[in-house]
Amino acid sequence: MSEASFPSMEGPVCPLPLKHDDQIILGHGSGGRLTHDLIKNIFLPYLSSPPLLSGDDFARLTRPNGEVVVSTDCHIVSPLFFPGGDIGRLAVCGTVNDIAVSGAQPLYLTAGFILEEGLPVQTLVRILESMRIAAQEASIQIVAGDTKVVEKGKADGLFITTTGFGFLPEGRTINGSQAQPGDVILVSGSMGDHGIAVLAERGELGFSAEIQSDVAPLNGLIQDLLAAAPHTHVLRDPTRGGLATTLNEIAAQSQVGMLLYENTIPINPAVQAACEMLGFDPLYIANEGKIIAIVPPDEAEAALEAMHRHPYGKSAARIGEVTRNDAGRVLLKTRIGATRILDMLAGEILPRIC
Amino acid sequence: MDLSLLNQTLRDERQVKAEIEKIRRRLTRSWVLMEICGGQTHAIMQSGLDQLLPPEIELVHGPGCPVCVTPLELIDKALAIAARPAVIFCSFGDMLRVPGSNQDLFSLRAGGADVRVVYSPLDAVKIAQQNPERQVVFFAIGFETTAPPNAMSVLQAKALGLKNYSVLVSQVLVPPAMHAILSSPHNRVQGFLLAGHVCTVMGYQDYLPIADQYRVPMAVTGFEPLDLVRGIYSVVKMLEQNEVRVENAYARVVKPEGNLAAQAIIQKVFQPVDRNWRGIGRIPLSGWGLRPEFSEFDAELRFDVGNIQTSESPLCIAGQILQGLKKPFDCPAFADPCTPQNPLGAPMVSAEGACSAYYRFARSSASMKG
Repeated sequence: MSEASFPSMEGPVCPLPLKHDDQIILGHGSGGRLTHDLIKNIFLPYLSSPPLLSGDDFARLTRPNGEVVVSTDCHIVSPLFFPGGDIGRLAVCGTVNDIAVSGAQPLYLTAGFILEEGLPVQTLVRILESMRIAAQEASIQIVAGDTKVVEKGKADGLFITTTGFGFLPEGRTINGSQAQPGDVILVSGSMGDHGIAVLAERGELGFSAEIQSDVAPLNGLIQDLLAAAPHTHVLRDPTRGGLATTLNEIAAQSQVGMLLYENTIPINPAVQAACEMLGFDPLYIANEGKIIAIVPPDEAEAALEAMHRHPYGKSAARIGEVTRNDAGRVLLKTRIGATRILDMLAGEILPRIC
Repeated sequence: MDLSLLNQTLRDERQVKAEIEKIRRRLTRSWVLMEICGGQTHAIMQSGLDQLLPPEIELVHGPGCPVCVTPLELIDKALAIAARPAVIFCSFGDMLRVPGSNQDLFSLRAGGADVRVVYSPLDAVKIAQQNPERQVVFFAIGFETTAPPNAMSVLQAKALGLKNYSVLVSQVLVPPAMHAILSSPHNRVQGFLLAGHVCTVMGYQDYLPIADQYRVPMAVTGFEPLDLVRGIYSVVKMLEQNEVRVENAYARVVKPEGNLAAQAIIQKVFQPVDRNWRGIGRIPLSGWGLRPEFSEFDAELRFDVGNIQTSESPLCIAGQILQGLKKPFDCPAFADPCTPQNPLGAPMVSAEGACSAYYRFARSSASMKG
């Protein structure tokens, strides 16, 4: 046999595997080369911190003084992108805010990603960039993470779970059980923007609405607020279930009543209009960049001023007070001067018929 | 849309209270008024208007809650149709939590049925176009207000030649229900607030003979606090002067003859039929059904769901509430065990249901009246 009859071994003899750098495939979750490349080329440029760059499966962190505050949150929003934000910004801000409302300074975040086969890598990159920006704004480090890939149809693009760690200065007790009769109830801005922005982006409103989600990290606003009102009793972000549901939770935890004044609650006119048309009540719609602050009366004015000075608190308002009567109940003084119950959300929000 | 204007006018405390003062000055005795429409019940309780009215005015709540009066048999038929694997069942969201004999559409959906909430029946037609291999069924319930879009969806499906679209019809009408209420020996209603949205479609000529026959004054009434107070004032004034008319206290929206184009669409697709009302019973010619030329779109004919055995909760007094004979607080099951999360009857489900409105807005002893 002549040498020429042998196939040349110089070049590739098997068909070359296709390069998969434009969409996620199951192999990206295999733990092998593809996973390695995905993390190195796609994740790390955006989510870099010393512990992540070390390449270990754990992060060793410096612990400042004070108690540790931990919170975890899963994010499954559809669509992934909406006016004012996306699932990445939401995943960072949601956990940052849950930590910040304890009065702690959030420092570290971990992130778990469930990616659906077929997810465009470009989409992932946009979301990671958005996480990077949100983390930077919140001055929080993303220190550990994990990625898994599931078959097409088993997830909705991607799901992100984040866990945050913060540290609480000595002697600070802010939680849902601390509301006291006489306290003043403040909100940091307009109610319902996030929920309506997402509904509008889903095309479920049947009309277009120029409403931006309010999703934002609130630890800066909260630190300013606490500097002005150090004896703040309760902070909470009214996310799912909206203002009404969150205040009912606090009223039950603290065993106090609450009285709100409908005409003082800030609501964006476009949100109000969308709600009127669909039969929703903006007080039950989710927010992702607002806080409720319950403060002693002598610190209320300072707290309000501090919020007004912060970009995320410009339309902060005093909306009511904590009462001794009707423990566990939230009452609303309506626009026409009557008083009625403001109940928790019961089940799913449904549009009315006519 | 500028809603701050709305807050400064139709929801303005000063103007509403001034109008209430006008009512107070007219009153020489107590009167029982019924608001027909569940949307008005909701608005009254949401704004707390019931607490501001003089105690002489008693408002009783009418049957105008579409999901509340949809008969159990039809809900069970809906459940039977929606459970079929080839079906996409579309409904207004309110209907999903209304209890059938054994379950509701929500639990059916959780079990894997394809049940979708739509905001308009025309969306259901679109779904039918996009899913030619599936049967798309729309639950066409409601009063005169939902009839035009529901009829329009049938016309559209016919024009598109769709073979996979049908409607499960439960259209009901206000005037026959008023006859039923007024001819009852237990009737207490002395004056009516007519449903503004229904009159927007149908006008209010049909109510003149009812007002005459039973000697009850009526006022076409809107949904904002000031609209409602104006409607109440109009009826009280007539009652106090012993006059019987149908006045229009919602003239910025309602014309005497209604919306003729919408009526033409209804006439084309629907014809009057007898209907069962949940909790009330059979009322002759109290609803609309598909005309024979549109029977190919009738889900009841397309799917074999004839043999349905229904069973109502024995605790629920929805029928008496829907006729204005009792108030939600009179029900021994109110708030325990019947709640919006665990409703025994439809009025606890819909935002327009009287029980749900009482549960949401008036449970506190501090804000309860009477």
